[in-house]
Amino acid sequence: MKKIAIGVEGLKKSFKTNRVLVDVDFDVQNGEIFALLGSNGSGKTTIVNILSTLMKPDGGKIEVCSFDVLLQPDQVRQNISLTGQFSAIDGILTGRENLIMIAKLRRISNPAQTADKLLAKFSLADAANRRAEKYSGGMKRRLDIAMSLIGSPAVIFLDEPTTGLDPESRLEVWRTIKELAGGGATILLTTQHLEEAEQLADRIAILHDGKIITTGTLTELKKMFPPAKVEFVEKQPTLEEIFLAIIRKKEEL
Amino acid sequence: MTSTTGVLLGRLMRNITRSPDTIITVAITPIMMLLLFVYVFGGAIETGSSSYVNYLLPGILLITIASGVAYTSLRLFNDVKGGLMARFLTMPIKRSAILWAHVLTSLVSNSIAVAVVILAALLMGFRSNAGILEWLAVAGILGLFMLAVTWVAIIPGLTASSMEGATAYSYPLIFLPFVSSAFVPTETMPTAVRIFADNQPVTSIVNSIRVLLYDETVGNDIWVALAWCIAIMVFAYFIAVNVFKRQAR
Repeated sequence: MKKIAIGVEGLKKSFKTNRVLVDVDFDVQNGEIFALLGSNGSGKTTIVNILSTLMKPDGGKIEVCSFDVLLQPDQVRQNISLTGQFSAIDGILTGRENLIMIAKLRRISNPAQTADKLLAKFSLADAANRRAEKYSGGMKRRLDIAMSLIGSPAVIFLDEPTTGLDPESRLEVWRTIKELAGGGATILLTTQHLEEAEQLADRIAILHDGKIITTGTLTELKKMFPPAKVEFVEKQPTLEEIFLAIIRKKEEL
Repeated sequence: MTSTTGVLLGRLMRNITRSPDTIITVAITPIMMLLLFVYVFGGAIETGSSSYVNYLLPGILLITIASGVAYTSLRLFNDVKGGLMARFLTMPIKRSAILWAHVLTSLVSNSIAVAVVILAALLMGFRSNAGILEWLAVAGILGLFMLAVTWVAIIPGLTASSMEGATAYSYPLIFLPFVSSAFVPTETMPTAVRIFADNQPVTSIVNSIRVLLYDETVGNDIWVALAWCIAIMVFAYFIAVNVFKRQAR
């Protein structure tokens, strides 16, 4: 049974005279990872903010888990969690305390146990009792995502989950998101990087000039472009590949 | 406490107890001012009262509270900017609890700061013949003042675009006691300044605390003070809640 987790139809949003979202339509199926791909300022965050009940749309029919975001925001909030562009953690608290706080707010019956399980799952157990502000960028992001999983929300929004991370941390976060996919939750993530969408998403929607210009799986999108040609090109390693190779060598030593 | 407000209050109180700079600014600075005015300037100030520390304490307590609420703005600003506010707003929790946790944190931390400053004043010779009822009345006025300025502090905390902006309003608030009856009797001031000093909220609050602590003759001050506190509180509460509703949909 394929059910629609997120339904967006004719979504419009302007800020004063700036029409950010002109007419946005897309559906996200239950349990899939859906990537919204778009350049900076294309309105990806605006879509996430509207879907997560932070912002009101100017028009359109927008449903999350069959609840209308305008009319039933409380029911929507019962079913979602938001991981925004900046790691939404309390830096003064430890990682463990951050998780326990969210578990208590979500009225989970055993907050400490929930926290410990997530710390182990996200490889944060060693840093559990350190202040979160002392974490690396990748660890902060992982803690942030772990906080979003508490209470097993049906839909998880990840707004540019790897922006500002170094290549190594980005790979860590990618691994984390891939693992989430098996958990049954629906994930909507936004990104500016083609590679990230390619790596993570079941389906990709490209947002441009306030509209979704195309939606599909990677294979479907690839078919829309000219067929692949065989060319001989000398492939130089990118600086990123060099960096990662050196880091791994060091770890092996 | 497992209620939403309780969990959020616990979080904010932990933030305070783990930030030494907050504790130093909020409790140590007023004590330094007390020391400075009592032992350096005090000898040259003629107040008509036998002990300058007695005369000074009510004003210093208001300065303590005014500098304390600046941290409420700062904490709220950090929540908004850091994304925690967005996380809380998208969770199935009572929205009013988010602001009330900040207000209660302000009340608790400022009460502790006020108690510490009173203890320091006692060591410096502050004495009062007030009974338990008078002390309760003093606590009531100070509590009302805390609530009023805390709700004022919520507004820049929610709306400021920079950390400096979030706390800038507190400088005039801290400065206001200087142009009041807190440090010197207003009779010594030039007419224009005196008219301002006599009619601004700090003077009536300071005077009514003095009435309660030192058995001075009861005037209208206490009613004027209550009216100021309640008016500021209602006005600021209304604006703050409206700003919050607009930001949080």
